[in-house]
Amino acid sequence: MSTATYAGVSVELNDEGFFVDPTQWTKDIAVELAKADDIDELTPQHWTVLEFMRKEYFEKGTGPTVRVLGKTSGVSVKDLYLLFPKGPAKMAARIAGIPKPKGCI
Amino acid sequence: MTKQIVILGGGTGGTLVANRLHKHFKHHRADHDTVQIIVVDRDDHHMYQPGLLFVPFGLAQHSEIVRPRRAQLHNGIEFVESGIDRVEKDRDTVVLENGRELAYDVLVVATGAQLAFDETEGLTGPGWNEQVFTFYDIIGATGLEAALAEFEGGKLVVNVVDMPIKCPVAPLEFCFLADWYFTERGIRDKVEITYATPLDGAFTKPVASAALSELLEEKGIHLVTEFNTGEVVCNGDDRKLVGYDGREVPFDLAVVIPMHSGADYVGRSEGLGDELNFVPTNKSTLQTDAKPNIFAIGDATNVPASKAGSVTHFEGEVLVDNIIRFIEHRDLQSTYDGHANCFIETGFGKALLIDFNYTTEPLPGHFPTKVGMPLLKESRMNHLGKLMFQWFYWHALLPGRDVPGIGADMPEHGKEHV
Repeated sequence: MSTATYAGVSVELNDEGFFVDPTQWTKDIAVELAKADDIDELTPQHWTVLEFMRKEYFEKGTGPTVRVLGKTSGVSVKDLYLLFPKGPAKMAARIAGIPKPKGCI
Repeated sequence: MTKQIVILGGGTGGTLVANRLHKHFKHHRADHDTVQIIVVDRDDHHMYQPGLLFVPFGLAQHSEIVRPRRAQLHNGIEFVESGIDRVEKDRDTVVLENGRELAYDVLVVATGAQLAFDETEGLTGPGWNEQVFTFYDIIGATGLEAALAEFEGGKLVVNVVDMPIKCPVAPLEFCFLADWYFTERGIRDKVEITYATPLDGAFTKPVASAALSELLEEKGIHLVTEFNTGEVVCNGDDRKLVGYDGREVPFDLAVVIPMHSGADYVGRSEGLGDELNFVPTNKSTLQTDAKPNIFAIGDATNVPASKAGSVTHFEGEVLVDNIIRFIEHRDLQSTYDGHANCFIETGFGKALLIDFNYTTEPLPGHFPTKVGMPLLKESRMNHLGKLMFQWFYWHALLPGRDVPGIGADMPEHGKEHV
């Protein structure tokens, strides 16, 4: 566990860099996290995905997998990879301030 | 009064639960009620699914691994051969494709997982069942037997598109058996075997993943990790898997394990399934989130355990006890711990054995006790165990017999924590 400061807020991160407490997240934090991941500007499509992931997390206790995102977020899997090239589920979860999705069994 | 238990699916889970419940209610009545058990399936062919792995290598035949579903059910259980249109949970009724309606007091969803070929671009396009196969159904496994026999060398790629899949170790076993098969044929040096997986290692759990990675390396099988297949291209000599991240894995012969989803009728049944048509189910009691009188077992559920026959087997004991409790208006008590147990065929007459649950990953040691079969280590004994298992499946597991020493709870004795 470590602490980092984004947009002036001190947040707790786990060993893999995911938020421990998703309620610490703000939109300003997302913009900074995105920049650190080489996304210079968060487009409306990025925001659609990020907000969808947070909604899913708070409803279901885990963020969606890429496949579920592709089926339910309104953004195709292909476009998801264009938006979040380093792997949509993990990268978007990190920027959305939620824990890593528990997809793989 | 008669209480009616309807079980959807006559595979491993549906059959063993039907037989165990039937055995119980033959001797015990439920609150003075008799109990009627009905099993529904769209066909009468029960496949021993672990056998599919052996078909491409000529080690098993279609006829050896399929038996009539009806014949696996004890006398007194009704078998209805029909597809399922939908479940109407508010009416406690199943509507069948043949128009019949089945009212139930308790419903068990045991319809497993199906292959979602259409979710991968190009998978069933040009080259399908010619240079691109799956061994996860009998058509593919049989076609692959001929394709392997004709294969004289080149790139063989084994690819898992996405998790979850049935038996997560089967694709690795396929690689190990391919290594053995081409060695036997004397052309191993002409065949390049690659395993491309969406996981970040050979397997889902760290200790086993490390052991299996080593084994892949020993056998000269290339491992490509975090590969998310976006498209299968097979146009003449231009044959490759294309990842969403732009990486390409070229092949001469591809063996692809397609994405899995739950049964279609689950999607047509309001409030029953999730986005992938799996049924949200309590991982300890196996009662679904849909309604208290609906239970689920095996590959059909969303519980965080492997989709494997051993999981279904161990879940079965817990599920049956909880259904009896539910019918008798008692609290559900039995809890499933996520116990799974798999033989991993490694070729050359050897196999590994792994044993784990929700909280304990596969560890070295022995099963079920310190003098049992070696865990996470290649041995001839494990291979014989794997071969013996088919007999055990038809004659003990499906009929619902208890086997001493092999129960629902994962045994701790004999495991070495690392």
